Amino acid sequence: MSILMDSSTPVIVQGITGREGQFHTRNMIASGTHIVGGVTPGKGGEIAEGVPVFDTVNEARAATGATASCIFVPPPGAADAIMEAASAGIQLIVCITEGIPTIDMTRAMLTVREHNALLIGPNCPGMCTPGHGKIGIIPYQIFTPGPVGFISRSGTLTYEVVALLTGAGLGQSTCIGIGGDPIIGSTFADYLKMFESDPQTKAVVMCGEIGGSDEEDAAEYIKSMSKPVVAFVSGRTAPAGKRMGHAGAIISGNTGTAQGKVAALQAAKVPVADTIFDIPGMVKEALARVS
Amino acid sequence: MKIHEYQAKDILARYGIPIQPGGVAHTPEEAEAIARELGGPVVIKAQVYVGGRGKAGGIQFGDTPAEARAAAAKVLGMDIKGLTVEKVLVVSKLDIKEEYYLGIILDRKSQAPVVMVSKAGGIDIEEVAATAPEKIIRQPIDMRYGLRPFEARDILARAGLPHNVIARGGAILTALARAFIDSDASLAEINPLALTAEGQVQAADAKILIDDNGLFRQKEYALWAETEESNPLEFEAKQAGLTYVKLDGNVGIIGNGAGLVMTTLDMVARVGGKPANFLDIGGGAKAEIMRKALTFVARDPQVKGILVNIFGGITRGEEVAQGVILAQAELPKGMPIVVRLSGTGAEEGRAILKDAGLDWGRDMREAAQKIVAAIAARE
Repeated sequence: MSILMDSSTPVIVQGITGREGQFHTRNMIASGTHIVGGVTPGKGGEIAEGVPVFDTVNEARAATGATASCIFVPPPGAADAIMEAASAGIQLIVCITEGIPTIDMTRAMLTVREHNALLIGPNCPGMCTPGHGKIGIIPYQIFTPGPVGFISRSGTLTYEVVALLTGAGLGQSTCIGIGGDPIIGSTFADYLKMFESDPQTKAVVMCGEIGGSDEEDAAEYIKSMSKPVVAFVSGRTAPAGKRMGHAGAIISGNTGTAQGKVAALQAAKVPVADTIFDIPGMVKEALARVS
Repeated sequence: MKIHEYQAKDILARYGIPIQPGGVAHTPEEAEAIARELGGPVVIKAQVYVGGRGKAGGIQFGDTPAEARAAAAKVLGMDIKGLTVEKVLVVSKLDIKEEYYLGIILDRKSQAPVVMVSKAGGIDIEEVAATAPEKIIRQPIDMRYGLRPFEARDILARAGLPHNVIARGGAILTALARAFIDSDASLAEINPLALTAEGQVQAADAKILIDDNGLFRQKEYALWAETEESNPLEFEAKQAGLTYVKLDGNVGIIGNGAGLVMTTLDMVARVGGKPANFLDIGGGAKAEIMRKALTFVARDPQVKGILVNIFGGITRGEEVAQGVILAQAELPKGMPIVVRLSGTGAEEGRAILKDAGLDWGRDMREAAQKIVAAIAARE
């Protein structure tokens, strides 16, 4: 078993009738995800991508029993959509939207915590469990089931590294893109804990980047883990004070540098790859050590 | 988004925070006129998007309108950390007795705005944080309520501010928190909050950063966006909807996805090259976006060659290849371009590139090596 979801998890899509929502709902269904409905206020009663559309998450949850939601709502309403999902009792919320005002996320997180929901993102590619399906926009075809748990702050970099792993015969248990915003629902440490207790996962790859201190916090937790973790940190050449694409990828003063993160991880005895090409070999070594 | 001191004070004044009277001057004559209207001694403050203006000579004083004009003439046109001073703020001079620090930042860890107050104001707060962190009182704002007046007073009292500042300072801090939340700020500072010889409490300097993600609803502030003089290309890119950061090297870099582009910069540096920029074209880009991105990167005169690194998910390799060919006609003759495509449409894209005689790399490392070598060969 892997973490978070499998092919029986009932998933709804908030913003299912939009361009992005439609396109990715189709892809999610094709990958095996159990999509049971969608939500677009004002379009209740319609059918989209073969599933019923509801006006509210409450209605969708009551009618379908959904436990997870994927959000494609544009930035002005996205934080509200997160709060709507959490308030309706959705346990796993994946928010793809990029560009949500940070102050809105400070409010959304209060509701997420109050209802004990798990939020992935925002500004993320979502997650996938190879062999079962995906919630989000990750290109499913590059994955293959296997023992490697994967967590990353970015999208396309994840795909690059996963393609390398798959090419090297290393399949994945579950892959999560945690998001590139300064305030996100869940961090590396949250998923490291889940991978630590997941029997399918034998090793974890963690791709971090400049900004914040999630990698440092993860390093602290890894010290207590029994499973090996291989890390990579991007942004070694990034200058201080500049946002490198992701709203959260910024070095402020001396905090959030790639060098600081690499040092913290190495201090926790985590092997840190110099380039992404070194990752598969390091994972193989780590797996050989534990078996 | 950065805004100037006078704009930050404009926001504060809307929330009832006392500021010195004054105005913005673009010429020494305007500065003189403002000083005459104010009467009495004035301060002339350079309006540029960097800290350390005082040390650089960007803050001058004038006791008379004529002195104000002379001071403004000195500051206007001055270069401060690479930025040219194009306007100055002219305000009545305060007789400052004590200086305090009030600040609010969006804190990633607490996932809330965090208030910071210190009795040690007027100087760089990061310095205080590094050398004497116990002098800063920090408290997250509970976003269910916002910062309540009693909490604001409590923070000031804990920071050791004197009795005669607690009530008025508390009102100012409460107002600052309201301004912060309403304006989609990511940082708001009053440094110093001044206690004057006459017993007034005023915001003598202010700094506000606006969260770019909030600009769609902060329409008035969005209009305040200006070229950061050292980076006209970055400003233009932002207006054009491109995510571009100017760097110092000569290898132009374009990719899709922030993490992938950052990793590509690192790879170029690793194989001995120097990245000239970061440019993320985002997801699902068509040929036209690719063309625009290439011609944009090439406008930096330092760029001697361009590396395009695309992972095809929603973005298709053929579109990328066609965009590169479209752009080629507009780029300086003979400028090396190396394209690396993977995923959706990579095969088709490579075929298009091959027909056009363009170079491509099998993977990110090979592509980086090729572009660095191609640039070196031309020098």
